[in-house]
Order: sequence, then C-alpha cells, then structure tokens
Amino acid sequence: MKVLVWTSLFIIFSIYTYLVYSQCDQKDTTTTQPNAAARAGFNTWQQKNCQTCHQLYGLGGYMGPDLTNIASDPVKNEAYIRAFITTGTAKMPNFHLQDAEINNIIAFLRWVDKSGRNIVPKEKVTLSGNYNLDH
Amino acid sequence: MHQFIRLHIVASLLLLIATLVFGLLASWAFLFPETYNQYLPFYQLRPFHVSAALFWIISGASACVMHFKNDAFGYSNQNKTLEKLYITTWIGTIIAIFACYALKKFGGREYWEFPPVLCLPLLISWLLLMGSYFLPWFKSAANQPMYVWMWSTGLLFFLLTFLEQNLWQIPWFRQSYLREVTIQWKANGSSVGAWNQILYGTSLYLMVKISGNEKIARGYPAFFFYILGLSNLMFNWGHHVYNLPASSWIRNTSYLISMTEWVFFIRMVQGFKNTLDDRRRYKNLIPYRYLIASEFWVFLNLLLALLMSVPAINRYTHGTHFTVAHAMGTTIGINTMILLSGFSYMLGIDKIKDKAKKIIGTQYWICQYSLGVFWFSLIAAGFIKGYMVTFQGNTNFQEVMAYVSKALTVSSIAGAGLLISLGTIAVVYIRQAVTMVVREQ
Repeated sequence: MKVLVWTSLFIIFSIYTYLVYSQCDQKDTTTTQPNAAARAGFNTWQQKNCQTCHQLYGLGGYMGPDLTNIASDPVKNEAYIRAFITTGTAKMPNFHLQDAEINNIIAFLRWVDKSGRNIVPKEKVTLSGNYNLDH
Repeated sequence: MHQFIRLHIVASLLLLIATLVFGLLASWAFLFPETYNQYLPFYQLRPFHVSAALFWIISGASACVMHFKNDAFGYSNQNKTLEKLYITTWIGTIIAIFACYALKKFGGREYWEFPPVLCLPLLISWLLLMGSYFLPWFKSAANQPMYVWMWSTGLLFFLLTFLEQNLWQIPWFRQSYLREVTIQWKANGSSVGAWNQILYGTSLYLMVKISGNEKIARGYPAFFFYILGLSNLMFNWGHHVYNLPASSWIRNTSYLISMTEWVFFIRMVQGFKNTLDDRRRYKNLIPYRYLIASEFWVFLNLLLALLMSVPAINRYTHGTHFTVAHAMGTTIGINTMILLSGFSYMLGIDKIKDKAKKIIGTQYWICQYSLGVFWFSLIAAGFIKGYMVTFQGNTNFQEVMAYVSKALTVSSIAGAGLLISLGTIAVVYIRQAVTMVVREQ
C-alpha cells in the first residue's frame, strides 16, 4: 500500500515536471529567442556573479537594486546603466569590463525586461489571496 | 563508529565555522562596502558563506545517514570503500570550489556560484554515497521505519534536483528567461526539501533512540505526515516565482499545496503538551535539547513560511529580508540544531567532562538568544523594505536601504553572537572527535 501511494505520487510529480518544463513560459512576452549578445551577456552576468548583489524578479542578492525592468526604466536609460558598469560606485566595484561585455550585459537586461514586469500591481490580487495575472 | 565518519564530522564542523566567519564578514561588507570592496568584496564573501552553509548541512546530513543507517540495516552491510571514496571526492571538490572563489572564478547560479564543471565531481561523489546507502538498503527488511523512508527519499531527490539545477547548461532551457528561472527555482526549492527529508529523518531516528519508542516511526499516521512532506517537497516551491508572469497553474498548485502545511502547524500545537512532558523527562540529555530547539524553530519558520506562501502577502515579502530570515531561521534553527543533536549522539557528548558540558550548555542559550535577535532583526529589515517599496511605492533604492541598514546592523551584532556560541560548540565537538580518533589509534 505504502509503495503504491509513493509510486503514484512520483508519477504525478513526473507529469507535473514535464508540464512545468513545456508550459511554464506561455505568458512570456518575448516573442524572439535571445540573440547572441543576450546569451553572452547572460554568461557574463553569471561569471561576474552579478546575482549575488542584484535581483531579477526578486531573486538574488540584496546589496543592489532589482534590475528586471531597468532596461525600460523611464529615468535610468542605457547611458545610465553603462556609466554604472563602467566606473562602478562607492558600493559597486568596477569590474573593468570590456565594451563588448558591457554591451552584452545590456542586451541581456533588455531581453529579461521583455519577459514581463517584476512588480505585481495591487489590482491583480484577488479575494482568495492569489494573483490574477491572466488579463 | 568508523574513523572516516568521525573525520567527516570534523570536516563538516569546520564548514560550520567557515559559514559563521564568512557570514559575519559578509554582513560587514554589506554594511561598509567602501572599505571592503578593496580587499574582500561582498560579491566574493557571499558565495563563500552560502556554499559553506550549504555544504555544512549536506555534509553533516550525510555523516548522520552514513552512521545511523548501520543501525537500521546492520553493520555487516556497510560498504566502507564507497563511503571513503564519497568523502574524499566530496571534500576535495569543496576545497576546489573555495579555491575558485578565492580566485574570483564564478559562473554558476544562486547557491551554486562556482564554475559549473565542478558539478561533475559533486555528482560522482553523490552517486557514490547513494551506492553505499542503497546497496545495503536493497538487502534490508521490507517494512522499514519512516526515518529510513525519509533518508532514502532525501538522497534520491537531492540527486534529481541537482541534475535539474544543471539543466540550464542545455541551450533549450535558456531560450526563454521565464522557463530558465522557473526551473532554476523549482530545483532550488525542492533541493531544500530533499535535504530536509534527510534531516527530519535523522531527527525522527534520534527521537526513537532517546525515547525507546519505535511506534512513533511506524504506522499510517507517520506515513501520512511523510507523504504530506513529500508532496510539499515536490510541489511547494512556487512561492519563489509567484511574481513571475509564468503560467498561473504553477502558482495555483503551489499555493494550494503550501496551505496543507497548516496540518503540520496544527499538529505541532496539539503535540505541545506531550513535548513539555518529554522535555521534563529528557532535559539533561544534550541531543534532546537540540531537538527541542529545532522544534521551536520549526514552529516559528513554519508560521513565516505559511504567511509567505499566500501570494497577497508574498507581494510584500518577496525580494526582501523576510526571505533571508526564513532561510537563516531554517538553516541555523532547524538544520544546524538537528545536526548538532546527531553529532552529540554519535560523539557521546553526554559522557564528556562536566566542564565541557557546562560550556556547551551556556553557548546553547547564547546561540538561541542570538538567533532570536538575528531572526527578528531580519524580519524588521524585510518589513521596512516591503512597506516602503510595495506599500508606499518608493523606488529610491538608496533611501530604502538607508532604513533597512539600521535593522541589518542589529542582525550583524547578533551574528557575532552566533559565531561565538556555535563556533565554541563546534570546537568542543571537533576536540571530542579528534580525541576519539587518537584514542583508537
């Protein structure tokens, strides 16, 4: 009996995992796949360990701001991002990146920005305490 | 107990000390980046701290399973060669990981920030550990107590989630950012559930041995709670990605499953009187004291987890130090307490000199109070950010952090208390383990 219950649960988990892999991004507003620059920027993001200080969708470190939608920020434009990365600040070290690497990171952040908005608006919260992000 | 397991315990305790030292340094680097960026920047210290913590828990849990399974399966079935190979490969890879961090070589993901090529020896060593566990498991009696189910589940699911964690290296998984990040946090969330299965199994084993009551690990009530825990391991990871515009059914499933944790919570409240009775009976036993502490922290962290699992509340807590409070409360309050209980039992800490026991007793309480201050100050930091960003709509990051830093200064001071108390306990345990090894030689 116990083995049957365990096996049944594992089968449900396997189906669920397949569905997560194949359907989780149906709401991705990105219609295009990442270009070579965005892919390279993603690798640089990991190699320089940017996630240890910055968040994307609220996931990552707390030292710096969340950068999910920085690429479409009406105030902080591309020149602002470039200046930050190029010179560093009192809090953020200068990583001495090449121009190409900076371009790639910006391409990566643009790609992330197109995938959706980080903040869930108040009006999307339903009475059940859940979100309704369908509309 | 075999010497190599004792040495593995020593290595695990050294990782605990490393976790505490790097954690305190990282908190200072967070508060004073202008000073630390020149020598030991936060982006370098945090991986040291996080990886040391991760490997302290997994190494400690594997030491407990390697030793306690001999009692469950019979000592004659122990495969020492596989266990020695596992320990050598595992510890060797951890040293290589730390060397990469020292050289500022990264490339991985959150929690696993080292170059991904080092996942290969970690995978091999885990397979060796599984081999050493499951070979005797197949020969053991059919009707095993629930702690054996929990150890087996934890070992298997750690392997599955470790593989899943590395799927990002296959290009298809990186063609969509939402897919990439969803699967990353599915794997991370379930991985925590996997090592919790090993640790809760160890906790149950110790309760059986201390009380002499085998019934608590058998029968359908125990199986029901095991299955409930396993369901949460499998499906309750979605709170990490509630705010992602991913398919709604993922969030709905996770929200629904997470609410079943109220059953655990209600059971804890109902069992409170029995816990008090047991406490009076076994209060002089050091392993039992740690188990009681772990139950207290389960209670607080479960309540916090339940609240954070409600999307409407998660909207305020996500991306704030609420998450850190939960992670620290769990790893120190629950995981570390269970591991110290297991190590106390294995090393015979109740039989050491009274003076050493008195030191442990004092440091135990300093640890509990420090953790309490640490936990609540992190919650305060999370509350400040959640209120200012989500409720007030403040988008000035520096302004928000100026307020948050005040709470984090308190948590840093409490962190020093944790370093002193847990560090002292770890040194006493290392001395005991080394003394036992020397005596046997």
